[in-house]
Amino acid sequence: MLTVRNLNTVHGKIQALWDVSIEVEEGEVVALVGANGAGKTTLLDTISGTYIPVSGSVEFQGQRIDGKSAAYIVEQGISHVPQGGRLFSDMTVRENLEMGAYSHHAWKQRTETIEQVCQIFPRLKERETQVASTLSGGEKQMVAIGRGLMSRPKLCIFDEPSYGLAPKSVMEIFQVIRSLPKQGITVLIVEQNVGQVLEMANRAYVLENGRIALQGIACDLLANDYVRKAYLGL
Amino acid sequence: MKDKTKKYSLFAGFIVILLLLISLPSYASSYRVIFVTNILMYVILTLSWVIFSGPTGYISLATAAFFGIGVYTSAVLSGTLSLPFVILIGALASFCLAFVVGSLTLRLRGMYFTMFTFALVQLISNFAHWYEVNVTGTVGRLVISLDSTIIYYSILVVFCLVLLASYFIKRSKFGLALQSIGESEEAAAHSGINVTLVKVTTFAISAFFMGAVGAVMTMRWTYVDPPTAFDIRLSFMPLLMAIFGGMGNLFSPIIGSSIFAYLEEILTTKFPYYYMLLFGGAMLLVIVFMPHGIEGVFRKFQKNNKQESAKKT
Amino acid sequence: MKILDVQGLKKKFGGLTATANVNFNIEQGEIVGLIGPNGAGKTTLFNLISGAITPDSGVITFKGKNIAGLKPYRICREGIARTFQSVKIFAKMSVFNHILIGYLFGDHKNKASGSSSEEVAKILDFVRLSGMSESRAGDLTLANQKRLEVARALATQPELLLLDEVMAGLNPTEVAETMELVRKIREKGITVIMIEHVMKAIMEICDRVIVLHHGEKLAEGKPEEITQNKSVIEVYLGDSACLPSET
Repeated sequence: MLTVRNLNTVHGKIQALWDVSIEVEEGEVVALVGANGAGKTTLLDTISGTYIPVSGSVEFQGQRIDGKSAAYIVEQGISHVPQGGRLFSDMTVRENLEMGAYSHHAWKQRTETIEQVCQIFPRLKERETQVASTLSGGEKQMVAIGRGLMSRPKLCIFDEPSYGLAPKSVMEIFQVIRSLPKQGITVLIVEQNVGQVLEMANRAYVLENGRIALQGIACDLLANDYVRKAYLGL
Repeated sequence: MKDKTKKYSLFAGFIVILLLLISLPSYASSYRVIFVTNILMYVILTLSWVIFSGPTGYISLATAAFFGIGVYTSAVLSGTLSLPFVILIGALASFCLAFVVGSLTLRLRGMYFTMFTFALVQLISNFAHWYEVNVTGTVGRLVISLDSTIIYYSILVVFCLVLLASYFIKRSKFGLALQSIGESEEAAAHSGINVTLVKVTTFAISAFFMGAVGAVMTMRWTYVDPPTAFDIRLSFMPLLMAIFGGMGNLFSPIIGSSIFAYLEEILTTKFPYYYMLLFGGAMLLVIVFMPHGIEGVFRKFQKNNKQESAKKT
Repeated sequence: MKILDVQGLKKKFGGLTATANVNFNIEQGEIVGLIGPNGAGKTTLFNLISGAITPDSGVITFKGKNIAGLKPYRICREGIARTFQSVKIFAKMSVFNHILIGYLFGDHKNKASGSSSEEVAKILDFVRLSGMSESRAGDLTLANQKRLEVARALATQPELLLLDEVMAGLNPTEVAETMELVRKIREKGITVIMIEHVMKAIMEICDRVIVLHHGEKLAEGKPEEITQNKSVIEVYLGDSACLPSET
């Protein structure tokens, strides 16, 4: 579904990605792990259109999307839930969710989608009319994820969805994310919670200093000595 | 090392300009001296404005108010006290007003603060008008004007003072606090900085110099009244000049305001009917193509040079 | 010796009760964990202690003095420092200057013996950011920015340090490094309260844990007790995640 080939991206004055190639097949949950500063967010931002790569290509369902505007990429069916959520702080929870359904086909179904999202995150139903800036950190994260799902994407990209969430909420979110392929949504997820994310993903990539250091089936990587030492602290 | 030689050459260039300025009356016509006086007025207003609004990001439109207070102080006291005292008292009056106003309004954020400072100008201007109509009986006052050379040197002194103030504030502990307030007031407060005191004091310091230059400029006019003293354009010009020049260092606002003021003088004399139109057009072009002002263009130029030399190696 | 004593603390925002009658105390030299579901009022509690917001009622006694309602800079100078959940650094400023600010403005009683540059260098070393002294804070990675925030807080020479989710977004190796840092901070004699969701840290370095829920104290006790507490499991931990996720 998504093919990234030999991607090189420059972020400010630094080259953040060096010849990065990854693939995400339809119906998979693919994880991307790595240290802070390794380039994970830059990679996701390049895929979703925030950055234009210096060279290389990003293909989604056979079509080139690198260099295209972020709005176009959302229309194609990719949704990006950024690190830290980045909500519209002066808008209410409901308004934030509705904004997620801005694209044409999602807008018509937004009421239905909001119901579905509120079933996943009941707390959002409670706080529906609350202004986003007054929410706690974890609640903001829930709204961000909900907003990402509002566009009824084919591919959903999550950048550290567990950031700042209570353990119970983390489990719930991971359960939700794990069930997305059954609803027809393919997942690419970046996480620091390496152990938990490798448990629920099909395949994974390890990014180090802007390069793919390891890749493979998630369980294999979980058993890999280097991964255990460097990323699981074992 | 390149940075240091650049700094020294800039400094040397500046000293040369300063010397030229000091000796100006001896080789230039009276018209020229007045011309440069006007430009320096704008430079000082811009520098004063940048002292506060630069690092904190609070856009103040109160410049005309503080300038006007200086004007009126000077108009009232002219003839009774010697010039240095008149200027000092004008400056202090503005300082005090700014301190009081700042204490009350610097809790307002962003747009609200800006609107309030704009309203302040109207408030004071109208108050002066009311006072003159009801208390003194006549609107406006006559001023004993002074020789253009004396005015020129007075302005030059104020210019040097505001430069020194800007320089020392930037390099001091105070300047560091200002910078941090501009980036995150909450973090600054939690690091032990009395944010309100720093903001208000800086606001008052910037008003001090605006009042000083107002007090000096009064001597050029034979007659002052509220609209002249509290001319709202004097609130907008420094802002535009600062945007035009850039606010990253000491020289950018000076260069920006000099060019701007020079252009304004030329345009008003050559195209008295269209100058606002040309001006507006020029501003649009600046904002579209040079959003970081002249300083931004300079930086881009430097960056390209660095990349060029990096490519070669 | 009780360094912090909170009694009857209440705070409402419009119709929303963020803090509803919270009581607890902290002994000097402890590392106390503060946990609870999202929206429980943890950061609000920190905001009340650090002076960012004023309580509707209640008393906050720090070293015997009531500090409720004082301005943040005053509370900082009394000896309480904090970090922020959404890292609040001065992006355009150098790392060195960040710490310098904390050092220059944070403490007015006991100025340390060395020059300011020496003291800043010591703190840089302590948090292991020495190599980044001249770097622009905005260019640092998240993990380093968090460390910088801690350094800036330490520069104010606090006796009580409030850490708000300092481990969020860190991978297990970085979490271990940060835990080590917190231990070192306690060794210096600084009391620590930390809001955390990373249970591994809570379990391994906290002496006591306080659990908040809907603005009230739900439970309090040793980490092992808390993780067995039924209500805590139901409300916060979830069923299988009583222990930190290890494979």
